[in-house]
Amino acid sequence: MTSPPDTSDRTVPSTGLHGPDTARTNTTQGRRTPAIARGAAVATCWVSLWQIATTLSVHPYFPTPLRIARSAVDLWFSGPPAHLLLTDQVLHDVLPSLGRLVLGWSAAAALGVILGVGLGRSRYAYDYLRVPLTLARALPQPLLVPVLLVLFGLGPSLTVACIVLGVIWPVLLNAMDGARDIDPALSDTLRVARIGRTRWVLHIVVPAAAPRIFTGLRISLSIALILMVVSELVGSTNGIGYRLSIAQATFDLPAMWAWICLLSALGYGLNRLLLLAQHRVLAWHPRLGQGTT
Amino acid sequence: MIAAQLTATGLGHTYTAGTGTHTALGEVSFTVAPGELLCIVGPSGCGKTTLLRALAGLLTPTLGTVTLDGQPLRTIPAGLAIVTQDYSRSLPAWLSAASTIDLVLDRSTHTRAQRRERVARALHEVGLTAATHKRPAELSGGMQQRVAIARALVTRPRLLLMDEPFASVDAQTRFDLEDLLLRVRAEHAVTTVVITHDLDEAVYLGDRVLVLSGTPATVLDELVIDLPQPREQIATRETQAFVTARTRIARLLTPNASPSTENLRGRP
Repeated sequence: MTSPPDTSDRTVPSTGLHGPDTARTNTTQGRRTPAIARGAAVATCWVSLWQIATTLSVHPYFPTPLRIARSAVDLWFSGPPAHLLLTDQVLHDVLPSLGRLVLGWSAAAALGVILGVGLGRSRYAYDYLRVPLTLARALPQPLLVPVLLVLFGLGPSLTVACIVLGVIWPVLLNAMDGARDIDPALSDTLRVARIGRTRWVLHIVVPAAAPRIFTGLRISLSIALILMVVSELVGSTNGIGYRLSIAQATFDLPAMWAWICLLSALGYGLNRLLLLAQHRVLAWHPRLGQGTT
Repeated sequence: MIAAQLTATGLGHTYTAGTGTHTALGEVSFTVAPGELLCIVGPSGCGKTTLLRALAGLLTPTLGTVTLDGQPLRTIPAGLAIVTQDYSRSLPAWLSAASTIDLVLDRSTHTRAQRRERVARALHEVGLTAATHKRPAELSGGMQQRVAIARALVTRPRLLLMDEPFASVDAQTRFDLEDLLLRVRAEHAVTTVVITHDLDEAVYLGDRVLVLSGTPATVLDELVIDLPQPREQIATRETQAFVTARTRIARLLTPNASPSTENLRGRP
């Protein structure tokens, strides 16, 4: 994902060329602010191009961004003042979708980390389970939807189940590999010191696996978003995916595009939040922890 | 706590991988007296690390036994601490110096305040009070190895095993760390085994030096180092006793060297 912080990260090594004082002013004032401004300028350019292209095109399938924005306001921000102008669609579709996404993803994350760390540190489990787990992971996750539809029927539990079962694998496999990747010099030293199992797991195994765990979490977040939409398209009576399919079926194209833009914004926003958490948790890590978002 | 007595009797180890076998350790026997500092020197890759892991109870040798205070060693014993060669790998990157050291202190016998005090004293002993809250990435190689040494000493071990502890630092830092080891050892009664490939270091540190052959390692010789304590980097290395001991070991480790002492000069 290209974003302003990437450019500001890249300026960090070059500050070594200047004295410490100039380096500081360069990063905080001279460079970082324009990086954000540059990002906004680039975005404005693209949206303008989009506007021009869709205005020129007469095809009704491609409404202009302004038209989409107007539709978005109607869809979500034309509610009663008592609801802060939020419409029922926000309260009964967007928020439930978001809730299922977050619930499914966090359950998968928690289970994946616990199981992954446990299996990674077990001498035999890894050898026996590596192949079946990799196969499970290789399945296209949307396949779960028809299978689980039979089991759970229509409704929110289908979405949550799809997300949990679909996104647990990257977290689990990464946690497993991360937990195995502890230097023998460190494990020997601490075995000799006879530190208890709890301290070993909490202070050594989990932090050692954390960089890989975060990689898994980011992969699983994007899959979770896909599964949320797909399961709602097929087997739900509310939610973003459901509204998207209704808009498409009734040829309300601006609304359909508005829902698509919302999904894109959600994916981007959640990924940013996760990156922010990663930078805090992995502050010690030379590559994954540095930088401000 | 009273320093331990460590004995290895006919210790040997053969690794088996698939159909191949590799004998890393021949039959090695020696005793380390309580409070003694024994240096084990031998060429690189001669099975020294295998020997140390067997002494620590981290590896069950295929031959022979290790006894600690007369008791056969079956698992990792209490009162043991080890320091490994590669400081950057033995320190968790996410923990500060204080947290790393604190981690090895027993929770059931120390209160939080006692632990904090012990950690502070250990850091003070190795001259790292200023680095208490720093993570490894913020410390130089020598400072990182000091943290590893402080972590080993904070539990007040009866037996300290060190595997090439100063091999990855520069020469000046190495001198400092060698003197640090001699100083803390004079203050704590701890039986110490230092494994090294550096014969100068072995002679400088040791009360006694055990010379191992190449793979599979067997004991070639055993020398008592008759040098006064405290030792001093420049003066001690100039003494006749130091040069004699060093030359004797160098000759053992270089079987085809000519008898002239000239050829031995400059060997690592």
